[in-house]
Amino acid sequence: MAAGVATWLPFARAAAVGWLPLAKKTMPKPPVDNSSRSDEILYVNVSGVRFQTWKNTLDRYPDTLLGSSEKEFFYNEDTQEYFFDRDPEMFRHILNFYRTGKLHYPRHECIQAFDEELAFYGIVPEIIGDCCMEEYRDRKKENQERLAEDTEANEAMDAPLPPHSTPRERLWRAFENPHTSTMALVFYYVTGFFIAVSVIANVVETVPCRPLKGSVKDLPCGEKYQLAFFCMDTACVLIFTFEYLMRLFAAPSRCKFMRSVMSVIDVVAIMPYYIGLVMPENEDVSGAFVTLRVFRVFRIFKFSRHSQGLRILGYTLKSCASELGFLLFSLTMAIIIFATVMFYAEKGTKGSTFTSIPASFWYTIVTMTTLGYGDMVPNTIAGKIFGSICSLSGVLVIALPVPVIVSNFSRIYHQNQRADKMRAQQKVRLARIRMAKKGTTNAFLQYKEDRALGDRDSDSTALCVKNRSAFEHQHHHLLHCLEKTTNHEFTDEMTYSELCMTESVGFRTSRSTSLSSQQGAQNNSTGCCPRRARRRAAMRLANSTVSVSRGSVQELDTLHMKITAIPPQTRSSLNAQLEDLKLNCGEQDFSAAIISIPTPPANTPEESLPPSPAPIPGILRNTRATAYTHDKIKVSSL
Amino acid sequence: MGAVVGTLTMQTKQRRPSRDKADDDLEMTMVCHRPEGLDQLEALTNFNKRELQVLYRGFKNECPSGVVNEETFKQIYSQFFPHGDASTYAHYLFNAFDTAQSGSIKFEDFVTALSTLLRGSITEKLQWTFNLYDINRDGYINKEEMTDIVRAIYDMMGKYTYPVLKNDAPKQHVDAFFQKMDKNRDGVVTLDEFILSCQEDENIMRSLQLFENVI
Repeated sequence: MAAGVATWLPFARAAAVGWLPLAKKTMPKPPVDNSSRSDEILYVNVSGVRFQTWKNTLDRYPDTLLGSSEKEFFYNEDTQEYFFDRDPEMFRHILNFYRTGKLHYPRHECIQAFDEELAFYGIVPEIIGDCCMEEYRDRKKENQERLAEDTEANEAMDAPLPPHSTPRERLWRAFENPHTSTMALVFYYVTGFFIAVSVIANVVETVPCRPLKGSVKDLPCGEKYQLAFFCMDTACVLIFTFEYLMRLFAAPSRCKFMRSVMSVIDVVAIMPYYIGLVMPENEDVSGAFVTLRVFRVFRIFKFSRHSQGLRILGYTLKSCASELGFLLFSLTMAIIIFATVMFYAEKGTKGSTFTSIPASFWYTIVTMTTLGYGDMVPNTIAGKIFGSICSLSGVLVIALPVPVIVSNFSRIYHQNQRADKMRAQQKVRLARIRMAKKGTTNAFLQYKEDRALGDRDSDSTALCVKNRSAFEHQHHHLLHCLEKTTNHEFTDEMTYSELCMTESVGFRTSRSTSLSSQQGAQNNSTGCCPRRARRRAAMRLANSTVSVSRGSVQELDTLHMKITAIPPQTRSSLNAQLEDLKLNCGEQDFSAAIISIPTPPANTPEESLPPSPAPIPGILRNTRATAYTHDKIKVSSL
Repeated sequence: MGAVVGTLTMQTKQRRPSRDKADDDLEMTMVCHRPEGLDQLEALTNFNKRELQVLYRGFKNECPSGVVNEETFKQIYSQFFPHGDASTYAHYLFNAFDTAQSGSIKFEDFVTALSTLLRGSITEKLQWTFNLYDINRDGYINKEEMTDIVRAIYDMMGKYTYPVLKNDAPKQHVDAFFQKMDKNRDGVVTLDEFILSCQEDENIMRSLQLFENVI
């Protein structure tokens, strides 16, 4: 049923009176309406901004959150209002939809935020009014494209090497992404250099040098220093052949590789040399051989592997194929028309250069592209008139498809720029996440250390020093349960690598702390990596106080950290300990947060609060509606 | 020169690529599911109204469309175990929650499972666990299923553990488990064997009480 129809039901029922005289049978009994009909004002509190509306207004659309019984889940008994922890600015638009029946899209808002709000309130975007629909669809498409391109770009480049890759795969990867290893980079620059050398040699070959002694004619340098040029050419071709064979060997799909454009260019670049080698040195064939040398200029296209801009240009031309086709077609049509006209207009004149229609083609092209060489000029009046029409129409025909091509190029170029920036940002973001993960691990190890100490000392004030949130305690309890299940314990990377090495020796007897007991057994650990000893020392310093994990967390941007105090009705043996903590510790603080690995579309890290440390997903967030006195929310800005 | 004129008159509006498929995607909006009323849910489960409210708000925040699909489920669960890979275990959990095998978890499924796990009787809890272990839902747990589950649990530990995780640690664990549970030594564990063996084990009984009052 369409939204909003519910309000028209009483009207439809009243209109049924018109059927009564015609009916042959008696009407069925009407349904008993138990719900109270009197209208009341509802209070909706969205993040502190109070909205008031009639209940009937909201009931207009029963298949949305506010119109159905789903809103009862958000009803706050104490304040007698519906509380939503969402954006009040957006809610204004949502509520307007109920009032007016038309949903508008605020142009200054982010399209994704708006979509999320709509999804939350159960409103389908299709009912956006016509006034805003166009804009909404445009922005949504643009956003989706951008996300799709970004994910493609992310996947294509910089994917970490799979752990077990054959040398062939590694070689291919080195070829495709030269900045991954030094060898690849060196090879990349060497080939670039040789391409340049080869192209320059081809060019210089034809420049006239001073003639040999005893001769008058100017000789092109190629013939004067024939041996030198031949050697250079051989060297270049050898390198190119080697590169091509290596790529062919490393390619995951050889057929696909051989069909690709770059491979064709490679082949065309080196073939003339080999053909020249095998061909005999007689005069008839050498003419053809000279023609073949022209193909050597294709080596310059090999630069497209080295230059991003060339690739963009090529890609643009490919993507504008239809525009280019149109341009070509219309030009051809115009050329033929005007050439015919000019030919017949100039036919009578003596000594006219317009000897045939194909000969007139040259004049038409030169005129339409506004070149005007002047080698063919009309003499008759009719010829001049048609010539000027030809010139004017040329401007028009060429000017039409060009802007489309240019805008395409601009879009692709900017997309490329953005991809590079995104890649750089992604690296930074991943680094931060790694640090955060390490912070979590360290917090957990700290917790275990404290438990060990606590068991020995049973001094609750010591625990107070390590300020930890309820969430953290419960999370750590969960991890502890996992440890007990598997009968293995969590450690950090350093200790693990140490353990790997010292396992056979059986150095460790006590596992109380991974950190403080690192003083022992240092002897054989510096075997492979002295660097590790330095890092370990840094870790020791870092982990001695919880404050460092706080510091590392504060470095992390775009993080939401939330503490809520424990609700008074929970009582478990675990929480009793925490309540003591609460009494003793005056100020709550946080030391770590759970951060989700950002999936490409949703790049915001989230955190959730499980009240249950059970190994079941308690996807819960303690609502801020109930009054918790120790709430503290800190958001680091970007 | 014609090209120059053309460039100068160029509009800056971006060209929209003609991808009609994207239009279809826009039309296919989110699947919206609304849960049953608060009263009905209160009758169905062992939670009171306030607890249901809290649960629902959290659920709705994470999944505004009202249903959780497997991807989101895995992501949420993986947040709690940053050390290792929680996706396999999350997959089994998802199947256990999704009693109707529909591919998505609604709020009702979620809350009924939580009610069983947190507020249910011992037998109910054990029954739920048995269902979790019985991957193919044939009423028996065999060694392969158990090994899969145990391996998934061990995956959550991650790489850096003490003592170092050996490859056959899951297998040993499974053997020990079967030793205890499989009373008639027929290679599979049935529900009754499972419940009986668990009731005999003091540790298990005690830990089942641990998560009673978690909300």
